[in-house]
Amino acid sequence: MAEENQNGKNGNRVGLLERVKAGVKEDIQSLKTDMPAKAKDQIEGLKDPTKTQVYTSIFRHKHDDTPRNRALGVLSNVFLHLHPAKINRDAVRYSYTWGMGGITFYLFIVLTFTGVLLMFYYHPSKVQAFRDVLYLEHDVPFGKLLRNMHRWAAHLMVIAVWLHMFRVFLTGSYKKPREFNWNVGVILLVLTLLLSFTGYLLPDDQLGFWAVTVGTNMARATPLLGHEGPFGKMLGMTPYNDVRFGLLGGSIVDANALLRSYIWYCIGIPIVASIFMIVHFWRVRKDGGISGPAPVILASEVKEARK
Amino acid sequence: MDWRQLWEIVSAPDNVPIVGLIPLLIFYIYLAWKQAKANDDLIAELETNPAMAKTHHRKTWPFRPGWQKEVHVWPFLLRIEFLAAMIVSIVLMVWSITLSAPLEEPSNPNLTMNPAKAPWYFLGLQEMLVYFDPWIAGVVMPTLIIIGLMAIPYIDTNPLGSGYYTWKQRKFSIGTFLFGFIVLWVAMIIIGTFIRGPGWQWFWPGQTWDHNRLIYEVNRDLPDLFGITSNLAKAIFGAIVVGGFYVIGGFIMHALFRRYNPKDYKRMSLLQYSIMMFFVLSMVALPAKMLLRLAWHIKYVWITPWFNV
Repeated sequence: MAEENQNGKNGNRVGLLERVKAGVKEDIQSLKTDMPAKAKDQIEGLKDPTKTQVYTSIFRHKHDDTPRNRALGVLSNVFLHLHPAKINRDAVRYSYTWGMGGITFYLFIVLTFTGVLLMFYYHPSKVQAFRDVLYLEHDVPFGKLLRNMHRWAAHLMVIAVWLHMFRVFLTGSYKKPREFNWNVGVILLVLTLLLSFTGYLLPDDQLGFWAVTVGTNMARATPLLGHEGPFGKMLGMTPYNDVRFGLLGGSIVDANALLRSYIWYCIGIPIVASIFMIVHFWRVRKDGGISGPAPVILASEVKEARK
Repeated sequence: MDWRQLWEIVSAPDNVPIVGLIPLLIFYIYLAWKQAKANDDLIAELETNPAMAKTHHRKTWPFRPGWQKEVHVWPFLLRIEFLAAMIVSIVLMVWSITLSAPLEEPSNPNLTMNPAKAPWYFLGLQEMLVYFDPWIAGVVMPTLIIIGLMAIPYIDTNPLGSGYYTWKQRKFSIGTFLFGFIVLWVAMIIIGTFIRGPGWQWFWPGQTWDHNRLIYEVNRDLPDLFGITSNLAKAIFGAIVVGGFYVIGGFIMHALFRRYNPKDYKRMSLLQYSIMMFFVLSMVALPAKMLLRLAWHIKYVWITPWFNV
């Protein structure tokens, strides 16, 4: 630096300063003129958010009320694409479907949601389980509401499943080509009851304990596989190796039974049920959508298959 | 009349769903019946009027030429689904605020609850324990119910009544299902919930639960009535009675089914027909055994060293 000064290069230095000054002036000027223009554009752009890149990256089609967009609204949405774009005009009538299948699914979602929240407060151990429920009821904010909602949604789901099956039977919706889906539905019915049953034990109170004791005592009497069942003794069944032992992880309803219930209830059955639900919904679509309301057929119009 | 007892049973939180189930079922049966009747009337009209049958749109709801046969899911179905989700949420929320889930004392293996009841949806099976041994009521029956339900689509060969409510076109299948679902499943649950008290004894609604009540009831086995004493003879006798139930019952069923459902009878294969017979007769065996017990105090029909029926 010192050398540069001695060589009389001060003039250059002044020139540099000038250039920087001019540049800064230019920048300030551009801020003064460009930014308001850009801001104006920005505000202009916000007036129609549907034109923004963020919006168009999320929603892949326009939303003007045209038949095409109505169809795309369903088809291009991962959650809604379970539905077809259009359905039988009478299929939206509540009196036909009773909406019970959808309500069952909705309750399953409610149960998953409340169930996950309850899992934060619950330990499936003999020491903790009952206290955790007391804690939920008395100390956790909205804990009581959470537990109540979980309980009543479970009961409601059992009722909704029954009514769904009842409606499907009464409308003959299990008939060709929906035989297989009826079977998937029967499995889902059983899984719903098992879910409710395994959940019954978890508060570890007298009600759940004795209900599960009564329920699993039946397993003693399983033919061949239970120690009190027909031919069970002959096959070497004892209270310590029969099917009930396998269910409870012991010969009485105790700590292992609580843990097994919990795991079946929170992980095992929900996963299996979800898989069956996927198949169930998929098949509803593949079998031609919901069964009706179909035009009535007269007995005289039925063509008997040749034998 | 013990109103307090009645109220305690009806208002027990876990019994509330069953109290709710009754009006729900009545409502939905009414809804289905109303539509079935409308469809049946339409069918009867079309059967007598072939010209109308050719042009009619075949539904009880209005339809005019030019109307679209299909509607968009968005918004016509989705708004209903949204509404349903809202209504269910509100019902659930109100229910959860007003009524608390039951929580009794900590579980205690040394203090038996009396009555010790299964969850309400299994009370039908528990009620069956009065009439059958656990291996039947608790294991065989649920298995048969599941397999029987699964078999329905494959044994119901009637092509009519697919996708609409009807009674006249499907009397047998609907009648059988109603009998199984309403009488044998729901009614048993209602009995198990509201009627059964301590010791699983019968207490009429409003009758005080008496924990010390003893009923002097001597149950007999069917072979005893015939003076059969040896084990071998009892086993053979029971096998004949149970087998006879299926053979004679099957014959009566056959006679009725052939007469009243000639078309279904003709359509069904041997396998379909025998599976249907087996399940219908097994279903009828429940009230039959209940009758034996209630009318003649008969406990077992078939006694063997390994199992009793």
